[in-house]
Amino acid sequence: MTKLLTGIVLDDELLLSLRELCRLCGVNAESIIAMVDEGVVEPQGAHPREWRFRGMSVRRVQIALQLQRDLRINLPGAALVLDLLEELEELRRLYRQRGGI
Amino acid sequence: MEFKDYYQILGVPREATQDDIKRAYRKLARKYHPDVSKEKDAEARFKEVGEAYEVLKDPEKRTAYDQVGKQWKAGQEFHPPPDWSKEFDFRGGGYTEADPGQFSDFFRSIFGHGGRGGEHFEHATFRARGSDQHAKILVDLEDAYHGATRTITLTIPELDAQGNIIGQPRTLNVKIPKGIMAGQRIRLAGQGGAGFGGGPNGDLYLEVEFQPNPLFRAEKHDIYLELPVTPWEAALGGAVVVPTLGGKVELKIPPGSQTGTKLRLKGRGLPGKTPGDQYVVLRLVTPPADTPEAKALYRTMAEKLPLNPREALGV
Repeated sequence: MTKLLTGIVLDDELLLSLRELCRLCGVNAESIIAMVDEGVVEPQGAHPREWRFRGMSVRRVQIALQLQRDLRINLPGAALVLDLLEELEELRRLYRQRGGI
Repeated sequence: MEFKDYYQILGVPREATQDDIKRAYRKLARKYHPDVSKEKDAEARFKEVGEAYEVLKDPEKRTAYDQVGKQWKAGQEFHPPPDWSKEFDFRGGGYTEADPGQFSDFFRSIFGHGGRGGEHFEHATFRARGSDQHAKILVDLEDAYHGATRTITLTIPELDAQGNIIGQPRTLNVKIPKGIMAGQRIRLAGQGGAGFGGGPNGDLYLEVEFQPNPLFRAEKHDIYLELPVTPWEAALGGAVVVPTLGGKVELKIPPGSQTGTKLRLKGRGLPGKTPGDQYVVLRLVTPPADTPEAKALYRTMAEKLPLNPREALGV
């Protein structure tokens, strides 16, 4: 039997420092700071040293990186896409709930 | 292996200009981008479009492809002409945006393995982290409630002994943590694509989706259940037994309930730091009037309990 793997759940209870987020996403701190400036991710805390990112931020950073690479979307554009995607997801959820598919 | 018509994939004619190709690619890339698109097989289409663009945007590759492609049509069985790649040198340069590991066998049969493998591979200087892999995992609500172990099989890119990138099926035994919710992701460190030249492996991200359940529906960490009740249970109130993910519990129905009345079983949703609740939504079921006795009872009700349920409709 292969060994049992236990992962970490990237939920809102998980809080990551700037360094941890950089390591998870394979990017440098400057990239993340630029994303914070443009609203791609919103940490708690005033100073980069105190920043704490929710687990969901990993997904947002990864999608922003892919959109930059694949579609040449800049950071403000990626932030907009991410917000619209979240809204779309919420609307789809409500639609499914009301019996649509 | 099948011949791929890159022009057809991008929907452009063979004599298309570089600008036409770029425009067609950008449009299709937006349409099929896996983070944005809800099209079925978006990811496969996105890769295909990316591969087509990788070849057609590069004049050198395009010329080579045109040369070899003259004799084939899409879907036909393809064999590269013997020794033909010696005429071209695709070393470096062309892989600025794309990951050659994602490309098809057809691509590699023509253009080799990019900077990451094959005869140009330089062990001493090349070192890179493996790619992160993303996959969906279907989880039963019961498993999300209790926690479980799931065995999954994925195809993960790895390097073989010759330095070629191959899709390697891998079976993993993964712990599904108690209280996981749909849309959440589990990160398994080092379980993604293999690193190159001694670089570390990428990570594997599993996005949780719930298997549809015949009884329960989850909304974040709350659970919804539609509960059929009789008219007298709804009207008079009383205790009924209700299924929850954690087992059967007794629920008090308040007198005067109706279809749509929503009752809360606190803390009976998915577990967590703040456990979810189970919401029970009542649905009245009337007994059939299929005997003279039942019909008489309904008539008595009509007589003794006159009611116009359509009053609000003005009729």
